[in-house]
Amino acid sequence: MSLKAFHIVFVAASVILMAFLSGWSFLAYQETHSTEYLVWSLCAASSVVGLVIYGRFFLRKLRNISFL
Amino acid sequence: MEIPYTYKARPDTGLYNAKVGIWLFLASEIMLFGALFSAYILLRVSAPVGFWPDVALAWPRGLLNIPIGTFNTAVLITSSVTVVLAWAALKMNNFARFRVYMVITVLCAFAFLGIKSFEYNDKFSHYVIRLQDGKALTGHIEVDGKHPRFWNFSDQWSVAKLADKKVTKIKVEMDPERDVNGHLKKGASHHHEVEVAVSDIVSMGSYTPATHPFFAVYFLITALHGLHVLGGALVLGYFAFPGAKMWKSNPEQFINRIEVGGLFWHFVDLVWIFLFPVVYLL
Repeated sequence: MSLKAFHIVFVAASVILMAFLSGWSFLAYQETHSTEYLVWSLCAASSVVGLVIYGRFFLRKLRNISFL
Repeated sequence: MEIPYTYKARPDTGLYNAKVGIWLFLASEIMLFGALFSAYILLRVSAPVGFWPDVALAWPRGLLNIPIGTFNTAVLITSSVTVVLAWAALKMNNFARFRVYMVITVLCAFAFLGIKSFEYNDKFSHYVIRLQDGKALTGHIEVDGKHPRFWNFSDQWSVAKLADKKVTKIKVEMDPERDVNGHLKKGASHHHEVEVAVSDIVSMGSYTPATHPFFAVYFLITALHGLHVLGGALVLGYFAFPGAKMWKSNPEQFINRIEVGGLFWHFVDLVWIFLFPVVYLL
């Protein structure tokens, strides 16, 4: 597996982590009604979008490099 | 005799030697960190039910600073992006850009370690204090107007040491109130300070490995991970400056070295991606 392929795996794992953090923060907000957790949840959700956009950019930029 | 495939890929596998080598090494690293993760999870699930520190061996929750941990996660994700862009820059024959990205990667690594040492300092100066009436307090302490610091190991306090130094009272900056899940209660204040008579204290200990299995396994895994970050940063820093001479003599092998270094760096960052939710959130 090349660095390119491993980077895609890494970005996918980061997306899952940020989605989890967003969900976790939202549940914490529902329990505590503290707005800090809501803001945290929204920031994590926006970083999911950012990482997906970056992943697509990365694949386009390195389309000529092998996955092996 | 020249060793084959040191930088040219073997035609049947498409791999050069170093790439096979780094993946074998990473497989052994997965086993090492996998064993430590298993230890953490087994300790976590077998801990008594209850709220620490009221129940002495219950699993502590909400002790780690999630905003700082998240910021450190972002720093490591950024460093992975820059290391792969450094490799891509070399593939596109742009050495100047490679060096810029590599320097950013190394700076991110040291930023991560700096933030982590700040967190360690906070834990080593954070105490759990058990009182005669059965209550347990947690917070930062102040003895004779001074806060203990982790780089000074003689600055760790115990009841016996307080008695030796003839200290009669200490100040405790109490932690904010948390619910049973470790979440901060709405409007919880951090700056509530109380004075505690040393004669009322049964035992006290800072958030160090000896205090609770959580701290033992937390410090073990994060310190081991930190050593990997430091090792990776040194190697990548070497490639960016003294080791970059190879770019002129053998560019193909140099690009392979950066790829191998990048694979190690991604592994280290991926460990953190698993470590952060397990240790900070769950």
